[in-house]
Formats: sequence, structure tokens, C-alpha cells
Amino acid sequence: MNRFERSTEELLAISAPLAVEMMTRFLQDEVTKAGFSKVVFGLSGGIDSAVVAYLAARAFDRGQILAVLMPYKTSSPASLDDARRVVEQLDLPSEIVDITPMVDAFFAGDPEASALRRGNRMARERMCVLYDRSARDGALVIGTSNKTELLLGYGTQFGDLASAINPIGDLYKTQIRQVARYLGVPKEIQEKPPSADLWADQTDEQELGFTYEEVDRLLYCMVDLQYSRRDLVSLGFAPRFIDAVAKRVRINQFKRRSPVIAKLSRRTIGVDFRYPRDWGL
Amino acid sequence: MSFRVGLVQMRPVLGDVAENARRHVMWVEKAKGAGCDLVVFPELSLTGYLLKDLAVDCARMVEDREVRQVIQASRHADIVFGMVEMTKRYTLYNTALYVSGGEVVYRHHKVYPPTYGMFEESRYFGRGKRVRAFDAPGGRFGLMICEDAWHPSVPYILNEDGAMVLIIPSASPARPAVGERVGSQETWYRTLRTYAQLFGVYVLFANRVGVEDGVAFYGGSAVVDPFGEIIAAAPEFEETLLVADVHEEVLQRSRLTTPLGRDEQLDVTVRELGRIYEGCYGGGRSSESF
Repeated sequence: MNRFERSTEELLAISAPLAVEMMTRFLQDEVTKAGFSKVVFGLSGGIDSAVVAYLAARAFDRGQILAVLMPYKTSSPASLDDARRVVEQLDLPSEIVDITPMVDAFFAGDPEASALRRGNRMARERMCVLYDRSARDGALVIGTSNKTELLLGYGTQFGDLASAINPIGDLYKTQIRQVARYLGVPKEIQEKPPSADLWADQTDEQELGFTYEEVDRLLYCMVDLQYSRRDLVSLGFAPRFIDAVAKRVRINQFKRRSPVIAKLSRRTIGVDFRYPRDWGL
Repeated sequence: MSFRVGLVQMRPVLGDVAENARRHVMWVEKAKGAGCDLVVFPELSLTGYLLKDLAVDCARMVEDREVRQVIQASRHADIVFGMVEMTKRYTLYNTALYVSGGEVVYRHHKVYPPTYGMFEESRYFGRGKRVRAFDAPGGRFGLMICEDAWHPSVPYILNEDGAMVLIIPSASPARPAVGERVGSQETWYRTLRTYAQLFGVYVLFANRVGVEDGVAFYGGSAVVDPFGEIIAAAPEFEETLLVADVHEEVLQRSRLTTPLGRDEQLDVTVRELGRIYEGCYGGGRSSESF
């Protein structure tokens, strides 16, 4: 059988035990050498942050971990229940911060604000809470964005995309599912439709206009295997789908990079002043 | 040439030459305690790997203090270690040194510093121009650094130059996490075993561990005997000292039972390569037209 005749999950199959070992080592190494002994992350009740919670629980002692649950008034109550389930199952130190008053105060004089603006504000409020706890507890902020979201730019810059280190940013959503199964993430969380949970009944797939199965398959062939457009068409991807996704990846490049700096000097940060991120750690 | 080797599967501190030199001495002490005659460190063991502009800050001449400190430790056991070397003409190389009795026995500049995908070595390092075997107290060795071994001409030349043991200090990143073992490790083991068997040599693969900028190095250091069997392998991702014995009798047996080296026709190789080289560069076809 041609490997492209396989299901997306088979095509993108990873070794969950090996990936988990590598992510656990990554967390331990990058956190401790940065001089931190604690980590903090947002726990939404979704599969991505649940996986991060399970990884943190493998990498660190309970006293080194803080999971922050940050519901807004329109968040689904089921999400908070799912996040609590993770906290209970792993016996994690946690905190609940209702972000409703902050977000509502911000838009008090602007009731017409769009869902996009409100969603961005919520994501950035959560970021503020996490970085505040980071300063309070001397804890490093762990990112929970996956590769699919990062490539599609399906996240808020300086919001949910902000973190110090991210263990799962090289895993597609369908690979996150494989890892979640291996880690024993509660079934309810594994099986529910992924959602940014900004308003009732929102789902990622509805908003994006395609399923993670479809787009992960395409992204894997496009990004990981570096197939050309012609090869992708011959594999059966619809040209319009290819172009739409390629465009999303392209126009969201800015979200994956630091701000562009006007070059004036001999040696410019990010251009010809190039040090590793782990410099001096 | 029977001896005991210790492969130091260490995690260097990125950019801290003094601290790494200190750790080298410590590991040598430990290996010496385990009866090792030769101690092999990974690629760029004195500096760490993903250096970028730190390559310049970390560059040392062989005469410099931290380097001398490690060379001095070779009074107790022979040592192979890696560094960013700055020459007298201020060229930087990704270098591996074989030191013994407090002296430098051989200096290898990486011939193939990779510059593609996640690698950018040629941005910082010059390319070595010598591939030679050398004699040390333990016997005749061939030294190559990581990517050098992905070019079969390098072990081929070292073998023809009489090396009985190939030493490969490495900094091989773990990727992808697909099979039971890391993909790059599978590829390496296949390669090491093939060389050992085809050339009838021992192969010593010292690979580092630790994480730099999110990149994990998997370790899995190994000793392969001339029959292609992995006789010792270190665990993945853990700092460790892997000790194994190299036996002259095994080399002898492998070469007597399968005399591939005896039958190698160097004259044919040189003549045919000469013809190809002339064709490429002597005004004939360019290599592009193949």
C-alpha cells in the first residue's frame, strides 16, 4: 500500500513513548538551566493544555507546577469541569482566575466590539495572568500551542501564542491525540471537538472550514515532506484547499517571529547578531 | 592494539569553555578509575554545539589555558575531545584533538561541516582539508567528526591509510520521534555497523546528550566490533560513561576470515577517481552534467 493511502493518523504516526521522553527531557533541561525551578501554564480543559499538564507532571514535582484555569463568563462550563478533572487526576497545584471582570471592564465603553477583538482580549488577559504568576512565583511560562495552530496562525499574537518554552509546538493536532492517548488524558477531553471556547458552541473546525485530519495531512506533506504544489495535487489534495492553506501559513509568518527591526548598524539583533536562545544558560 | 576505551556521553554547558574543561578533567579521572586507556568525548565537547555567534567567543588556540588543562589530563589516559579551534591565521575550525602524554598527537579539522536544514556550521567554520590515519600509543587510528562519517570517502581513506579503529565524536540531534528509537540513531547505527564490517575495524561513536535551543541530542554512544556487532551501547538521553574493551584478536580474526582489506584494489580506485576528477575539473564534463 502506498503510504499516502493511509489514514492521517497512520501517515503522521509518531512514537508516543519516545516523543514523551524527548518533551520531558526538554522541559527539565530548558527550565532548570534557565535558573527556574517552577513552571506555570494555562489549563483550558482542551487536549493541548491537558497534554502539557501531563508532561509537566512527568518532568517536575507537584510543588514545582502551577496550572491556572481562566474561564470567561461565556466559556463552556464543561471546559472548566474537564480542566478540574486533569487537576484532580494529576493532583496538581492550581488556581482559578475568572477573567470576566477584566475583559468586560475593557469593553465597557465599546459594546459593539467584534468577537475577534473580544477573543484576542481574552487570550491576552490570560497571558497577563500567566506572566504575573511567573513573576510572583519565579515560574517559567510553558506554551500550549501545537504545530497546526502555529502554522495556520490560529492563535493570538502575544496572547495564547506567548510563552517562554513550548514542548508541543512541533506536534500536529492529530499527533497530540496520539500522545494524549499514551499519557492517559481523560477520554472526555480526547474525544470532544477542539474549541477556542470564546463563545458557546464554537469549534475550531467549524471556524477554520476544514478538519484537523484534512489540514494536518496537507501540512505534513507541505511542510515536513516539502512536497511541491504539483506533487500535492497528484496526491489528491484539492488545488483550492492547497492554496488557501498555503496562504494562511504565509500570511501568518509574522506571528511566529519577533518584530522586524530596521537595520541601521553594523550588527543588528536577529540579522547578524545571532546568538542561541540558550546563550548564558 | 588491545585497550580499554571510555566514551564520555556528556552534556556540555553551551558556551562555557572553562566549566567544560573542568568537567573534562573530572570525566577523565572517572574513566581512569574504570581502567580506561583512551577517553573519547563528543564533538565540540569543550563548547557545546548550537553556538551561532558564540563560536567566535568560544574559539581557542590549542595553546590556550582551558585547552592545555585538558591536554595535561592526558598524562593519565589518552583523550579525544572537541573544540572550536582558532588557528594562527584566525580561521575557525570544528576540531577534534587526539592527545596523549600531555602532547597533541593528531588534530582533525572537520572536513564536512554541514550547512543545510537545521545545520549552519559553514557560516562559522572553515572546511578541513586532511583525512589521515595516525599512530598513537594504542595503535593506528582514524578520526572523523560526525558529518564526516556521512561521506563514505572519509572512512574509506582512513581505512586505506591503515586505521584499525575509527573514532567518531558526534553531536547528533534526535529526530524524528517516529520509530522505537530516534530516527537519526537508527541511521547512525546502520552506518557504524556497515563501516565496521566492511573495513574490518572497531568503531567508537561518542555522541552527546542534553538540550540546546529545543534540540535534544540522544546519546546512544556505541562501540562496534570489526564483525559489525554493537558490543556496548549507552542509554539514550542520559549522561554516562560507556566502557568497552578493544581486542587485537577480534580484529585479527575478522580480517583473516573476511580479507576485504587485502583484496582492495587501491590502484583501480585511484585511477577511476582520477578519471572522474579530470572529467569534472579538467576541462571536460562538469559534475553538474551527470
